[in-house]
Amino acid sequence: MIPELGHFALALACILAVAQSVLPIVGAERRDTRWMGTAGPLAVGQFVAVSVAFGCLVWAFVVNDTTVSNVVANSHSAKPMLYKVTGTWGSHEGSMVLWVLILALCGAAVVAFGRDLPTALKARVIGVLGWVSVGFLAFIIFTSNPFDRVWPPPPDGLGLNPVLQDIGLALHPPMLYVGYVGYAVTFAFAIAALLEGRVDAAWGRWVRPWSLLAWAFLTAGIALGSWWAYYELGWGGYWFWDPVENASLLPWLVGTALLHSAIVVEKRDALKTWTVLLAIMAFAMSLLGAFLVRSGVLNSVHAFANDPGRGLFILALLMIYASGAFAIFAWRANRLMPTGIFAPISREGALVLNNLLLCSIAAVVLAGTLWPLFADILFGARISVGPPFFNMASAPLAIPMALAMPIGAMLAWKRADVWGALQRLWWAAVISFAVGFLYLAVLGYPVWPAIGMALAMWLVAGAAADIADRIALVRRPGQAWQRARGLPRAAWGAAIAHAGMGVTVAGIAGMGVATDTLVALKPGESARLAGYEWRLERIVDVQGPNFTSRQATVTVTRDGAVVTVLRPERRTFTVDGQTTTEVSIHTNLIRDLYAVLGEEREEAGVLRLHHNPLAPWIWFGAMFMAIGAGFSLSDRRLRVAAPAPKGAPAPA
Amino acid sequence: MSDASAPRPRRWLLFVPFGVAVGAGAGFYAMLRGLKTGDYDPRGVPSALIGRPAPEFSLPPIEAANLPALTSADLRGPLPGPVIVNFWASWCVPCIIEHPALMRLSREGVPVHGVNYKDRANDAAAFLQRHGNPYTRLGRDESGRAAIDWGVFGVPETYLIDRQGLIRWRFAGPITPDVLERDLRPLLRRFA
Repeated sequence: MIPELGHFALALACILAVAQSVLPIVGAERRDTRWMGTAGPLAVGQFVAVSVAFGCLVWAFVVNDTTVSNVVANSHSAKPMLYKVTGTWGSHEGSMVLWVLILALCGAAVVAFGRDLPTALKARVIGVLGWVSVGFLAFIIFTSNPFDRVWPPPPDGLGLNPVLQDIGLALHPPMLYVGYVGYAVTFAFAIAALLEGRVDAAWGRWVRPWSLLAWAFLTAGIALGSWWAYYELGWGGYWFWDPVENASLLPWLVGTALLHSAIVVEKRDALKTWTVLLAIMAFAMSLLGAFLVRSGVLNSVHAFANDPGRGLFILALLMIYASGAFAIFAWRANRLMPTGIFAPISREGALVLNNLLLCSIAAVVLAGTLWPLFADILFGARISVGPPFFNMASAPLAIPMALAMPIGAMLAWKRADVWGALQRLWWAAVISFAVGFLYLAVLGYPVWPAIGMALAMWLVAGAAADIADRIALVRRPGQAWQRARGLPRAAWGAAIAHAGMGVTVAGIAGMGVATDTLVALKPGESARLAGYEWRLERIVDVQGPNFTSRQATVTVTRDGAVVTVLRPERRTFTVDGQTTTEVSIHTNLIRDLYAVLGEEREEAGVLRLHHNPLAPWIWFGAMFMAIGAGFSLSDRRLRVAAPAPKGAPAPA
Repeated sequence: MSDASAPRPRRWLLFVPFGVAVGAGAGFYAMLRGLKTGDYDPRGVPSALIGRPAPEFSLPPIEAANLPALTSADLRGPLPGPVIVNFWASWCVPCIIEHPALMRLSREGVPVHGVNYKDRANDAAAFLQRHGNPYTRLGRDESGRAAIDWGVFGVPETYLIDRQGLIRWRFAGPITPDVLERDLRPLLRRFA
């Protein structure tokens, strides 16, 4: 009964979405207030219907309803409750329902927070969000029904892939989806603007919070995925340039460009055509990722169960939304006449450079991901593009960007003076050179990691210099505190995010000098790595809720003093007999000690030991970036909408 | 973006994204069609290791199987003839499909080295007991580390190594009779 209710709610949501995609748009064309007024109730109604459907699906998982085939395929009664709930979005069907739920939530949020939005623009934005909803709801209903029944019901489910039974991965998809779907909102704003034929500063001010929100969640989601790969897959790496990873990186790169160019629209009323194009591209990249992951055209460890029939449906959606949007763009974009003109050396100029570099990196990643597929189709040539290509091709673009970031942030709008900015940054440059030299000459780092450390220092010191300059720390230290409090949150957000990038770069550079070793130890024996003594104490059996495990105890000492005790495990899940390795990590925030238990033979356990300097910084940096975006999001200038009626702050 | 500062935007530039999207869409459609007809197979993407020696690795044996272990030293040239390296696991269904082909090669005297990927030793030994053993040497890659170094997509996956110890061919997916006759045998003759 409950699954049928969920199915019905999905169908209802689809019908509401159809209405939502027609009435407000027609209303906006005909300037009919009543028709435009349907946007709000329809969007909220759609959100309620999708919530009911999602709730029903969660319920089916929680009670382990084995008459629902999706539950049978992905769950088991012996699974901990947390993973029963998170298993809801562990499968293709469930994750699509979550996707649509977040989309409907965003639609409802536009209604709730968009009271100051001009009525016609709001109606169009909601209408375009309705277009997106219709497609994906139809996709779920016609090809991926999560409520399909099986009869007779099997006695129990098949279990969720044990690698996915992990809190990091449970939170990873919702984060990513908020990111992807957030770009659906900026996409809707872009299409609405094209339909209206008008992009102005107010539009930029409305797009910015949504692109910030999407960007913050996407950053956090990608970081979480990378962290999960680091500690769960047990390979000791954090980024593999896997096509699916690239699929999440592409919207991030384009979204970062969008974030910056939207500022130019807001402040200077320029780059309008380009920003609209970026908003469309960010969403197109999100859809492209969904297509690549779910259609089976590429081979990846992350891919969902593949089905060319579904692939065709998603391709149709991708083509309708992306090509459709680009067609509208080609048709209407010439109406978006630029009004602001600026000199190449200016804040706007720096942001254009940022956009160029980010989009070039995105092009490199896109080419590296798709080229093997297209080479196969076009020439029958089978080539493979590995991490060396991505590293080689993106480094010459990423390094100038890192170099330009602090300078760009210091330039003034309209017309600026690079020399002046550099003068305010001289001490940051000196520190960076010193750090690079220190690592290269004194600590014996190889060249690239040393350059990475110098760049990291440059980014962090540059962000600090920016803030110091804005609050006149050196010139008028007496009022610095007051000025710091008065500084717009967006300025703090930018500085924090830029510094966060520096922290991540430091982490990546540190991982460049990571060391590891593979040893077979008998209990009582020890190995040496990176100045630490790793002694295997014992290997014992441990019983978990739905797995049995072999757990090793490794005592790590340095100069005789115990640093930590690591307990890496190898788990065998009772339901499907799959094994996973549970990495044991000890971090002191400056380095990770990382141990993986392999197989055992002749009393000896095979251990893989890693020493990863600065590894946690990769994810701390990402956290800073997301926090920076949060700061920027809380800026008063964003909360107060452009044509604000007096004293009515509208949270964005 | 140039049109933002240019006095007169070039209209045709605005059509470029649309053209690119349509082109990409056509390509993706061809891929999906190819997936159905078999013309397009993402697992056929070859290894970056083609023409290079096998990566450094050293795998322990599976005791119960009673076969010598496999290390990269066993794949260094000069070798008496081409050898095959096959990544497999007892839990992998396509591995059962390709198993007769491996048995045939092994009976014909082609050395087939196995890498048992992310598997339990007892299961692996039981698999060989039940279906027969095609392997000359068998290494146990429980962590999947060697598979990563080789760039393995998943099991089953098969490599051909020539007499100089260079990787010449890689195939992701089961060695069906078709693949054996059409791809693998000609290569074995060529590198013999």
